[in-house]
Amino acid sequence: MSPAPLVELIDVTFAYDDDRPVLSGVSLRVPRGKVVAIMGGSGSGKTTILRLIGGALRASGGDVRVFGTSLNDVGTSELYRLRRSMGMLFQFGALFTDLTVFDNVAFPMRERTKLPEPIIRQLVLMKLHAVGLRGAAELMPQQLSGGMARRVALARGVALDPQLMMYDEPFTGLDPISLAVTGQLIRQLNDALGTSSIVVTHDVHESLQIVDYVYFVSEGRIVAEGTPDEVRSSAIPFVHQFVHAEADGPVRFHYPARDYRQDLLAGQ
Amino acid sequence: MMAQGPAGFVEALGGRVNAMVARLGFASRFFWVVLKTSGTSFRRIPLTVREIYFAGVLSLIIIVVSGLFVGMVLGLQGYDTLVRYGSAEALGTLVALSLTRELGPVVAALLFASRAGSAITAEIGLMKTTEQLSAMEMMAVDPIARIVGPRFWGGVISMPLLAALFTAVGIFGGYLIGVVLIGLDEGSFWSQMQGSVDLHDDVVNGLIKAFVFGVAVTWIAVFEGYDAVPTAEGVSRATTRTVVTSALAILALDFVLTAFMFRGV
Repeated sequence: MSPAPLVELIDVTFAYDDDRPVLSGVSLRVPRGKVVAIMGGSGSGKTTILRLIGGALRASGGDVRVFGTSLNDVGTSELYRLRRSMGMLFQFGALFTDLTVFDNVAFPMRERTKLPEPIIRQLVLMKLHAVGLRGAAELMPQQLSGGMARRVALARGVALDPQLMMYDEPFTGLDPISLAVTGQLIRQLNDALGTSSIVVTHDVHESLQIVDYVYFVSEGRIVAEGTPDEVRSSAIPFVHQFVHAEADGPVRFHYPARDYRQDLLAGQ
Repeated sequence: MMAQGPAGFVEALGGRVNAMVARLGFASRFFWVVLKTSGTSFRRIPLTVREIYFAGVLSLIIIVVSGLFVGMVLGLQGYDTLVRYGSAEALGTLVALSLTRELGPVVAALLFASRAGSAITAEIGLMKTTEQLSAMEMMAVDPIARIVGPRFWGGVISMPLLAALFTAVGIFGGYLIGVVLIGLDEGSFWSQMQGSVDLHDDVVNGLIKAFVFGVAVTWIAVFEGYDAVPTAEGVSRATTRTVVTSALAILALDFVLTAFMFRGV
């Protein structure tokens, strides 16, 4: 029996309204020290999974367990206590635009700890150095490129050495160099800090190089899972289409519509 | 399926009223949460001082310039009317009373809503759109205590001060027109004003009005920002709603407060 996972979803369902479930019967595990990817197309429900784990949403059914605690009926103060051990990287960084890079990384330390300012300064510089942006400490977020902003957000995410890091589409909109750097940083920080990481992404090639395990989500269900090698050689039609970026397959190219010929003639 | 005809109209009207009442209820609960978490705004004074700077100090120019012109216009119009009745020296009284009781708080609040209220809504709305508020929540920092509270109190503290300044500058504008330009007697201008303006009835009541407007405008501004649909269009609509709703709220509240304050005067 493997040790208890850091995060576990057991048969989780979620719906904003009753007739359109976003997630149904999702079960997944994030073991300690591992990097797990949740992949799927846009609107497949993968970001919802992240929001459930972060406690921003409550599951309609099933159980979401984080650090061994069920989030189903946890109160606000307990949720905030759990979140102190979590870090999250938002899609476009979500840096505070009125604070400098330095103050952004210092923000969680100043808000959540009583550390003296000289210690905070050293910690911030160490975090920024780890993402290669110590020299950018005094810049404002508007002065950063997309990739730099993502790295600052990464430094801020790991500011309090979280047990669990969550990444929401960390590769979106990055040039190839920034993309590779971000990918490497996710892996390195995970291993150096002894963190566990969940990466929600649709970037197959970059993520397969850095993750330990992959879950595929489609239409609110886990349709496949496995190690990167298993995924690459998978014969499951959805995984094959996704990994090889084929336009048509189980995921249709065309949004459901009435007959093409009838549609064209309807306006005559 | 929506019914047609008069029944449909009543149904649509009912739906709208229901939605408005629900939103008001939501805004009231939000207001309560802001008050409940206000400890942060007072424990960490620099956060609130920063917002007083943005809402108050940066509004100074528009308040001072508008106050001066409103006072000067009052001077011209007031003189024109008063001189017909041979009581031009009452100009000081007219200018001071109009400003302390009504124009100071009301016009300053309208300007405050369009200058600072819209900025607060746009800022909070954009923070929501760019996930800054969610990021804060994920860091176990309550955005209502950290972001909304200081902005709310910054606005509430700034508003009476801005109204008082508006009134003072307006009176100076009336003085410029009445005494310096038209040549009324300076002594009677000031002494008539001093004799007829009451500290409690006029000045304090005017400041109470400004405080109430300050609460209303900043409440509307922070709520609209926090409740904005997180898109460019959503923030733009929220900003417009802040200015429109604030203006209506100021004028309606002004009527209610005036009715209570100046009944027997």
